[in-house]
Amino acid sequence: MKIEANNTGQKVHFFDNPKNVTWMIRIFYAICILLVVADFVVHRHIYLSYDEIPAFYAIYGFVACVVLVIIATGMRKFVMRDEHFYDKREDEVEQIVPRVDVKHTPDSNQDTESHS
Amino acid sequence: MSYAIPAFLPFFLAALFAAIAPVRFRYLLVLVPLVNGILIYLNADQLTPISIQLHTFTLQIMDVGAQVTEQDAKLTLLFAYLFHLACFICLIYALHVKDKVQIVAGLLYAGSAVGAVFAGDFITLFIFWELLAVTSAFLVFARRTKASKAAGIRYLIIQVLSGVLLLIGAISYFQQTGSLEIGYIGLGSMASWLFLIAFGIKAAFPFMHSWLTDAYPEATPAGAVFLSAFTTKVAIYMLARTFPGEDLLVYIGAAMTCFPIFYAVIENDLRKVLAYSLINQLGFMVCGIGIGTALALNGTVAHAFNDVIFKGLLFMTMGAVLHRVGHVNGSNLGGLYKTMPKTTIFCIIGAASISAFPLFSGFVSKSMVMAAMIEAGHEYLWLMLLFASAGVFHHAGIKIPFFAFFAHDSGLRPKEAPTNMLVAMGIAAFMCILVGTYPEFLYQMLPWENSYVPYDLTHTLTQLQLLFFSALAFVWLNKKGLYPPELKSVNLDFEWIYRRAMPAAGLGLARFADNLKTHFVGFAVSAVNALPAKKRGNDANAATLTLRMALGFVVLAVLAFVTQFI
Repeated sequence: MKIEANNTGQKVHFFDNPKNVTWMIRIFYAICILLVVADFVVHRHIYLSYDEIPAFYAIYGFVACVVLVIIATGMRKFVMRDEHFYDKREDEVEQIVPRVDVKHTPDSNQDTESHS
Repeated sequence: MSYAIPAFLPFFLAALFAAIAPVRFRYLLVLVPLVNGILIYLNADQLTPISIQLHTFTLQIMDVGAQVTEQDAKLTLLFAYLFHLACFICLIYALHVKDKVQIVAGLLYAGSAVGAVFAGDFITLFIFWELLAVTSAFLVFARRTKASKAAGIRYLIIQVLSGVLLLIGAISYFQQTGSLEIGYIGLGSMASWLFLIAFGIKAAFPFMHSWLTDAYPEATPAGAVFLSAFTTKVAIYMLARTFPGEDLLVYIGAAMTCFPIFYAVIENDLRKVLAYSLINQLGFMVCGIGIGTALALNGTVAHAFNDVIFKGLLFMTMGAVLHRVGHVNGSNLGGLYKTMPKTTIFCIIGAASISAFPLFSGFVSKSMVMAAMIEAGHEYLWLMLLFASAGVFHHAGIKIPFFAFFAHDSGLRPKEAPTNMLVAMGIAAFMCILVGTYPEFLYQMLPWENSYVPYDLTHTLTQLQLLFFSALAFVWLNKKGLYPPELKSVNLDFEWIYRRAMPAAGLGLARFADNLKTHFVGFAVSAVNALPAKKRGNDANAATLTLRMALGFVVLAVLAFVTQFI
């Protein structure tokens, strides 16, 4: 079910403007850097032997997530099946939702796709 | 003034009212948990114990008062407040629902949870335990799809099984000790293992968890919010009462924190992602119970409190999407922030809370369990919990809001959630921020002496580093194109055993038996055919007949002999 809404004259949303997204990511990087710098400036309590490693939590968080995603992606080979593997889901109805057509530029960042 | 009725009674009466009164009166029902909760809060010191004499047995349905230790009383009260609050929020969330099944089931379900925490003996607990199972199943059935009916039946079977194990445990416990009083059990006897498995099923221990990830995503939008609040938390409450300090639980809990996050990363149904992340959060609580120190148990209880609110909030936001769009598949969503901005903000608040961002509720409770882990000397397990903390931010904190509300624009422009849903989400979001910014609100209710200070420089800095660099990993993986795309799919989990392997094995056995039968019949037929036909004229027929009669007689004799043994 598709209801075509008028596509022209829509307001450009915040994340549709690539500049906004770029700026947000830049601010995000800056905070990351500041947090690592803070690790050297601030004296934090050391509870465990690993804790002594500078920026331990930052490194651990980054590595943990990368490992998590890589293993999980690998898991797909073994556990992923078609969505109707257990149940035929024909009786589920989607709501009738207003839609607009969105043109996705192929090489743009996921965030920065814009309306035509 | 004192509070002298069973605390669950108002809920059951309200359910009765909801069942018979016209559906437009459902607005009044919201007052029930609110008023009842306030009355219990005001009369916390003057609750009257109530018991029912049943033949020779006494059911302690309100185990309060002087004979209960201070810790147990506080623990019970905290969970009772929590369940009232959760029911209040859920009912507001469900105000637009005109389906009586959901309202009645929801009220009975919440009432059963309240009844379970006030129960003083295992038989009373058993009654409410089974009521929890039966009433909550209707929240799944009420979706009225084929898949939800099947999932509801599976859910019901497993939940009732948990209750049956609890009953067997209670009976054998009574034989051993002569008492059915709920109190510390500790692992050892047969009965204690039965209790542990019964509680473990409801607490979604590894390999007993698949009912949760199977049924919750199939429930109605409001039903899933109810479901996420009660069943598992009652199990955590019971574990905290009966198995505090049981070392095995630390390991089980650590496993529970880690394995679901892998599934959560690749899962497409966003409510299923939340179901996995619910197991992950339960893992922290089970760890806390296993450690068993005052700090750990306080952390467990505080985290249970927060989890009901923020997980409820996340289920509510996804429920709103489901309500408006009709599905919550990450692969077909995105860009919803444009038309559902308020829901988006509430989702981000819920995500920040579950990820334990400073100033949000998860921060003040999860760290108590983590700190207790270090104090108890479990360094490697602490690293696992830290891994899980980073992981939970990854899948629940970023993935849920990102794929639903941002990511690539799906072109969907649903309306904002109904006002009652927004109010319910607003209350939950307010609670998340209140507990996060003013932790004393929660800490003063904790059962054990509490001196934990969440906001010190080290904790805040290290937590921020952990979270920001987890987010950095997400950004980096996305930019590199390494992040697994959302795909329409089903991921095999433990449920495969009873949804595929066991039916397949059963069918295989049936086919084998069928083959066996065919062969046997064929053999018998050929044996009969092999009998000499003796066609040698008329008088030979008499001989054949005699032979056949003799054979028939033998068969009859054998049959008569066999029937003696049946």
